[in-house]
Amino acid sequence: MISPATEDTIVRVPIVDYLVLDPEPHLRAHECVACRARYFDRRNACANCSGAEFAEVDVPTTGVLSTYTIVSFAPPGVDAPFVAAIVDCQGTSVRGKLLNVTPTPDNVALGMPLRLATYSLGADRNGVVAIGYGFDPADRKDMSGE
Amino acid sequence: MSDDVWILGIHMTRFGKHPGKDVVDLASESVLGALADAGVSMTDIDVIGAGNLMGASSGIGQQVQKQVGQTGIPVYNVVNACATGATALRVAYLEIKAGESDMGLAFGVEKLAGAGLLAGGSGTADGDQWAPQGRLGAVTGLEGHTGTSSMPGVFAQIGLDYAHRYGGADFELFARIAEKNHAHSTLNPLAAHQKPMSAAQIMADVMVAYPNTRPMCSANVDGAAAAVLVSGERLKKLSAEQRRRAVKISASVLTSDPWQESCQVLPDVSTLTKAAARKAYEIAGVGPGDLNLVELHDCFATAELVHYDNLMLCEEGGAADFFNSGATWRDGGTPVNVSGGLESKGHPIAATGIANIWEVATHLRGEAGPRQIDGARVGLTHVIGIGQACAIHILERSAA
Repeated sequence: MISPATEDTIVRVPIVDYLVLDPEPHLRAHECVACRARYFDRRNACANCSGAEFAEVDVPTTGVLSTYTIVSFAPPGVDAPFVAAIVDCQGTSVRGKLLNVTPTPDNVALGMPLRLATYSLGADRNGVVAIGYGFDPADRKDMSGE
Repeated sequence: MSDDVWILGIHMTRFGKHPGKDVVDLASESVLGALADAGVSMTDIDVIGAGNLMGASSGIGQQVQKQVGQTGIPVYNVVNACATGATALRVAYLEIKAGESDMGLAFGVEKLAGAGLLAGGSGTADGDQWAPQGRLGAVTGLEGHTGTSSMPGVFAQIGLDYAHRYGGADFELFARIAEKNHAHSTLNPLAAHQKPMSAAQIMADVMVAYPNTRPMCSANVDGAAAAVLVSGERLKKLSAEQRRRAVKISASVLTSDPWQESCQVLPDVSTLTKAAARKAYEIAGVGPGDLNLVELHDCFATAELVHYDNLMLCEEGGAADFFNSGATWRDGGTPVNVSGGLESKGHPIAATGIANIWEVATHLRGEAGPRQIDGARVGLTHVIGIGQACAIHILERSAA
């Protein structure tokens, strides 16, 4: 969807605000200063301790597959089937989908090592490209990303 | 025992497709059935708890009053996802416990036949303009991008998480759980589906979210259920026949989910179920081993396995072995979902939390016909509303 020749000038926007694209793609959580509970969505106060002060923390980009499902149906514009997953990123649980994996049970193993990767959702009418994230098998050669 | 609360009458409609009836028709049918079963009329009722999830703002309680009797009593319209019916019943229970009412009515109703996948979220039409919205700053619908929020997918992950942690469960085992429930419903004339399905047929059916195929998912159907509750004090003044058929509510418990690290990204249906179960067993003074039958929230086959453990029907981590022992079949030691469960009887959301009580009560009264669990004295019902709410009721046969 993106022409390599124009990649330098493309304006990119992350699919969610907890995906940070630069300098290297990673996820960022709101961490409760008092109890260290982490949240990806905006919180008014901590669901664990009611603390109202949060700090931004970077989430490790590697983890292991906690659980998954292979969803057969998806909204228009989303490829199906897709592998939806919960990834344990060194103590922080993350929702995502597996990238670069054939979506059959044979190709997915609970506990498999994974690493964060990104993909393009395409450009809007202003030419802004949305970037999504997912997880690649960690043993896959580094050829993912947009 | 005068402060106990009893079920005096209870009724459920046939679950399935009711194209000629609206929610008010179905609810009224269940209410009139429960009143007749109780041997009382609307003039005896002091309070109504009413539930209809899809019409949450419609005031279903008052709508039904206009069909069955407007007597000026308080009406509580409640919503608690799939625990809506159980919550409505608990409202009537609490009014009686509090001494505000002697007799209460609760009902739940839903029209869901033909509904597609629930709560999957939607992708926006891509490409117009990416604009961050909401608490995640999302520029598009997230279903299929950051995993899944679809119910079959969420509960598939919950089941595989359990399988990952304890082993012993695979696609085939989950399919055999659905096989059991589809076998059980062949004896239930009110079930939406009454045809047996083999595990092989179930595995070969349409895959919805691995490992849940279509017959391993709760069936979206129409239906209603209603119950009349009465105080022990008032029950004493009723007929011998009413006292004999009354079913004691030995525990009524409602929980929500406490904070857990992982529940931020995947609903944790276990912690709040375990908490509710512990409390219910303690209040009722019974243990899992005392249960003659259990109706638990098998919204998906993957959920049923996890709840064997959460309700402490088996040892921690032992749900697969427990199922493989045959314990949860109707001829086993702890029959589970002899009605056919949500997978086969069907799941008209707000009706489910009263329909499961109807099922257990009917066995405790010895009125379950060909599917009667002989000698049933104690039973447990469980529902989970995602978001979340868990309701557990423990019911006991009348000693009268």
